[in-house]
Amino acid sequence: MPDTHDIAVRLAGVRLDRGGRAVLRDVSLEVPRGSVTAVLGPSGSGKSTLLAALTGELAPASGTVEVLGQAVPQRKRALLELRKGIGVLLQGNGLLTDLTAAENVALPLRAHTQLPDAVIDRLVRMKLHAVGLRAAADLFPRELSGGMARRVALARALALDPPLMIYDEPLTGLDPIASGVVMSLVRRLNQTLGLTSIVVTHHVHETLPVADHAVVIANGRIVFDGTPAELQATRDPLVRQFLDGEPDGPIAFDAVAREVAA
Amino acid sequence: MPFAAATRSLGAAGLFAFSVLRASKPTRDFLAELVREIYKIGARSLPIVAAGGAFVGLSVTLLGYRALETYGATSQVSTLLGLGLYRELGPVLTALLFVGRAGSSIAAELGLMRATDQITALGLMAIDPVAKAVAPRFWAAVICVPLLTAFFISLALCAGYLEAVHVIGIDAGSFWQAMKDSVDFVDDFCAAFLKAAVFGATAALVAAYVGYHAEPTIEGTSIATTRAVVNASLLVLMFNFVLSALWFR
Repeated sequence: MPDTHDIAVRLAGVRLDRGGRAVLRDVSLEVPRGSVTAVLGPSGSGKSTLLAALTGELAPASGTVEVLGQAVPQRKRALLELRKGIGVLLQGNGLLTDLTAAENVALPLRAHTQLPDAVIDRLVRMKLHAVGLRAAADLFPRELSGGMARRVALARALALDPPLMIYDEPLTGLDPIASGVVMSLVRRLNQTLGLTSIVVTHHVHETLPVADHAVVIANGRIVFDGTPAELQATRDPLVRQFLDGEPDGPIAFDAVAREVAA
Repeated sequence: MPFAAATRSLGAAGLFAFSVLRASKPTRDFLAELVREIYKIGARSLPIVAAGGAFVGLSVTLLGYRALETYGATSQVSTLLGLGLYRELGPVLTALLFVGRAGSSIAAELGLMRATDQITALGLMAIDPVAKAVAPRFWAAVICVPLLTAFFISLALCAGYLEAVHVIGIDAGSFWQAMKDSVDFVDDFCAAFLKAAVFGATAALVAAYVGYHAEPTIEGTSIATTRAVVNASLLVLMFNFVLSALWFR
């Protein structure tokens, strides 16, 4: 069993509800420090709900959620402190549209540090350089392509050098080249900066090559937890249906049918 | 139950107002945002406020002249114009123009920030979205609406003067003297700016509240914008009656 200090995220017996309905039940999971963990599952399976529990946006109905060695607090001030150690790349990027790329990246630095402007400016250039967008510093989000905007959001999420990075559907809306760039960045940043990364996605084939650890969520629970190689080799019909993209199988396509089945 | 829902909404709006006040700290970032918002919602509202003020001044002067002519008291048209503008028309109409021009934009901007994950992103960066996105807009409105009201009244008086003196033929000296004799600095002039500040705060809070809590969709943003204009306009008119009833006894 890994040492507590080797675990970046730990969930034990967690149930997560939304709108009075259990979205995820009996979720237990450990994410080792320094790893890239892919949380996979079909749309609507509860991946983003799991992410909301990690960032403290959603309190578990039961069980415990620990992030970076501490239980996710409910009090606002303590929660904000914890979030300074978590970088989140949102599916919609969340770039402030009235700020340039550089100003967006500078936002957390200005909010949480007392660094002089010159130092912040230099740090911003370094972060943008790390994602290959130093030349786009003065562009507004509306002037960026989807892939560029995603990388600016990544630079912003990395601004405070958080030990834990969470990527929510980082490949949605990106072409294959941009997807490849983003996923190689995820791997490279994880190695060079010594991060722990959790990639929440349904893009199996682009994500597994860079992952150390894979988790599959379906039908309101974790149905697989292991290495990418084990995932590829599994014969579990539920997991196979998801990996092979089969329309028929244990994962119901229709939402009403799923509720009835539950 | 509509009563329970209304009470809940009122309570939530009160808590929201409290969170805006608590999040208002004069940091460098806040002041920079404030200046930007004053330009966006204040300076850019000047043309419609100027045009609105001029037309109201012309209408009230014409209406007043025709009514007072019956009693041979046309020299008092400036009294009617001055008192009407400072006590009621100036603050109320400026606030209504502000609601239409800037209140709708506050609601739409915050609604779109919600729909495009900007508010979520701020929270996840441990930055209070209310402090970053709402508080500067609120204080910009509190500062701008009194200034816009002054501008509206000035334009209305100038337009009224031009019409009364140069078109109708009222003596310029008696026009200004009658206004000076009737408009009181504290009761009328100060009341106008107090009302304007209250209306600015009301308009900004209503617009920010509905925009901030909009459903994160395009339709949600559209509904929030409409709701901001309707609710803020009605509240401005309601508060105007309450303040007038309390102030002008």
